[in-house]
Amino acid sequence: MAERILEVDGLSKRFGGFVALDAVSLHLGEGERLGLIGPNGSGKTTMINCISGALKSDGGAVIFKGRDVTRLPAYRRVRLGITRSFQIPRPFRSMSVIENLRIPLEYARRDRPHGGQVQEEARAILELVGFQDRANESSADLTQVDLRKLELARALAARPALLVADEAMAGLSSAEVDDILAILFRLNERGVAVIMIEHIMRAVMRFSERVVVLDAGQKIAEGTPDQVINDPAVERAYLGE
Amino acid sequence: MELFLNAIVSGLLLGGFYAAVALGLAIAFGQLDIVNIAHPAFVIVGSYVAYMVNSRIGLDPVLIGLLFAPVFFVVGGAIYRVYYASFERTGQEALSGLAFFFGLMFIIEVLLIMIYGVDYRLVAAPYIGSTWRFGPIAVPLRMLVPFVTALVMTAGVYLYLSNTFTGRAILAVSQDRLALRLMGADPIKIKQLAFGLSIATAALAGALLIIIGPVEPSMNRQYIGRVFAIVVLGGMGSIGGTLVAALILGVAESFVATFYGPSWAPAVAFGILLITLALRPQGLFGRY
Amino acid sequence: MRDIVFWMAVALIFLLGVLATKTYDNEFFFFAGYAVLQATIMAVAWNILGGFTGYVNFGSAGFFAIGAYTSVALHKALEPSMLVLLLVAALLGGLVGLGTGYLTLRLRGVYFAIATLAMAIVFETFVTNWQYVGGATGAYILTPETVLFFDSYIEFLFALMLFLALGAVAIARHLQISRIGKGLAAVRDDEIAAECTGVPTLRLKLVSTTTMGALMAVAGVPYPFFVTYVDPLSAFNLVIAVNAIAMPMIGGTAIWYGPVVGALLLGSIQEIATVTISSEVNVLIVGVLLVTFIMVAPQGIVGLIRDCWRRRHKRG
Repeated sequence: MAERILEVDGLSKRFGGFVALDAVSLHLGEGERLGLIGPNGSGKTTMINCISGALKSDGGAVIFKGRDVTRLPAYRRVRLGITRSFQIPRPFRSMSVIENLRIPLEYARRDRPHGGQVQEEARAILELVGFQDRANESSADLTQVDLRKLELARALAARPALLVADEAMAGLSSAEVDDILAILFRLNERGVAVIMIEHIMRAVMRFSERVVVLDAGQKIAEGTPDQVINDPAVERAYLGE
Repeated sequence: MELFLNAIVSGLLLGGFYAAVALGLAIAFGQLDIVNIAHPAFVIVGSYVAYMVNSRIGLDPVLIGLLFAPVFFVVGGAIYRVYYASFERTGQEALSGLAFFFGLMFIIEVLLIMIYGVDYRLVAAPYIGSTWRFGPIAVPLRMLVPFVTALVMTAGVYLYLSNTFTGRAILAVSQDRLALRLMGADPIKIKQLAFGLSIATAALAGALLIIIGPVEPSMNRQYIGRVFAIVVLGGMGSIGGTLVAALILGVAESFVATFYGPSWAPAVAFGILLITLALRPQGLFGRY
Repeated sequence: MRDIVFWMAVALIFLLGVLATKTYDNEFFFFAGYAVLQATIMAVAWNILGGFTGYVNFGSAGFFAIGAYTSVALHKALEPSMLVLLLVAALLGGLVGLGTGYLTLRLRGVYFAIATLAMAIVFETFVTNWQYVGGATGAYILTPETVLFFDSYIEFLFALMLFLALGAVAIARHLQISRIGKGLAAVRDDEIAAECTGVPTLRLKLVSTTTMGALMAVAGVPYPFFVTYVDPLSAFNLVIAVNAIAMPMIGGTAIWYGPVVGALLLGSIQEIATVTISSEVNVLIVGVLLVTFIMVAPQGIVGLIRDCWRRRHKRG
């Protein structure tokens, strides 16, 4: 049984009167692949914002590798090993592809690489996503699927133990979806646990070892992909009564 | 005791007027997220317009403000178009948009100095100079008329925003542009209309300002702090909040001026602003 | 530009400047030169925050006045050496920059901008009410009759300003090419993404505001000795604030020498225009240029040149 690297314990978040998360708990094992699904507005993005530190939760705790990170700012969590990719990619537009990777390499790592090592490591990561010949291209001119790959590459450069991929495949063609999926599998092979938030069901089914379903801020189902897909509560949540 | 009562009354009267000045910014910054730090400069322009017309043909300043509001509305709309094309479309508002309005404010002030010089200008109207007395309380008419006009303005804008289609579209545009499109309204046109409205209020507010007292070009800078303090304290986008915050500021300034000296008054607004930002950034009636 | 080339250029420029004081007799040159150098320090300092992080400082005149009034107050009390004045002012300016930043940098950029304006106006109000430094009526400073090595006091001030300006440029350059500079560029490009890639955004922004505050205060320290009469109106002058923004934005905010280009160009134009046309028109020109450049060429002169270069190289 693998170690649990993430424990989310009764997490709550309110926006004014609106309850986005209602005491939701979940856990993740080392190197595990978890799918997080649910209809729009169910609280998935809020959940990962609270896990990554972009938002402060109103209740509950986030425990990462045995350490309570609930009150830590986002950049400290990155250094501990939690990274995320954004649903709408956020490249550093004034920088080239490889310069984008230098930021996490210089800032997110506890074992900071020095001088020439930085370039080497950056190139190695670029190879992983197939960008080895595009290191000096401006990040502002990339296509959608390339931007998603850059997001993942940047997240990987931080040497995370956990990557939360927020709808990394939304709006992509079938072939592009497979492309991104392959990268995520490659990442996982290196020991990175992945939480995948996705609406593309075939990707979730293929990728996840376990699935958690949220609806209206609450967890309504959890289990293997097959268990979850046959759960009547899940069907109701997506299709209505 | 008499001093105390008069401080409150003059504070309220002043505060009501401040609401008129801040109203435009409540729309521009509070609802459209356009940081128009040149808004007080437009108000001063309104004052000078009132001065010009009043000194030529003797028309009542409030009337002048109302007459010129449509002109200011059109100018405001044009400025928004330029702002949108240069900054909002490219996502540059943060740095460039701010600097743009700062530059605009500066240009307006320098032009006013070049045309009118740095001397104070004032207007003449039959009620300026008279004071009504209620026992120990003195109510100068030059403060009362702007106060009442400001209340009417605020009520008018509030009713417009909450009861007409375009008004509600303005409230909606800051929150959900897509939904607005689906309703058949063009977000750009709506914002243009709203910003035009914002500058139109400056015409009337300027007329009120010069009724209260003499005006000179650099006065716009004294009001930057006041209007931002009011909009932030009131809560972004809340018209009612703007009025309440303006009254609070007016009374606070009045007290400080009465008991500590008028030269400390400018610091009050900024003090309130900094405290609000530190303790309750969403303001009194803000949304989140 | 390699480090050694940069430092050699700095040394050369400084030597030339000192040489000029020995050979040139035209005092106007040194007066104008002082003004341009002062503007250069302000522009470079402003850009450390504005250009490197994207946060706008509207209260540059306030920081400048911190330096100027530190000079006035300390000179009246103790008559310390220029070095002491510079150190104390840098400390105060840095602290105010740090404080303003700490209070507002966790909010949106616009609140920081307004807070800087607030700081400048509050400080102006305070100084206007402070009789020790002359209050609203102002204070006089007597400059020494003779000074070591230089023929006149103004030549000494010119050389001092040259030294400070070169120092400011060196600091800006070092900041930009260092690891901190890369982090700042990430903050400017996308603060949220930067935070989520491990960049301690608040800490870096505070480094910027503190450095900016310290440098701007340093720029103000020799000012009372330059003009011999200081009052709030001149020390907190809006033109100082506008120039501090206009020069970097017109010169180019993305790189450390952009503000230098802007300051030298705009500063010289202003010095010439003030004596030939009028000071109001000169100031109006700055405002119009600022607005025009922001709308049409936000990357500034340096940015335009680099874009042209890049386009030429792409074709080749």
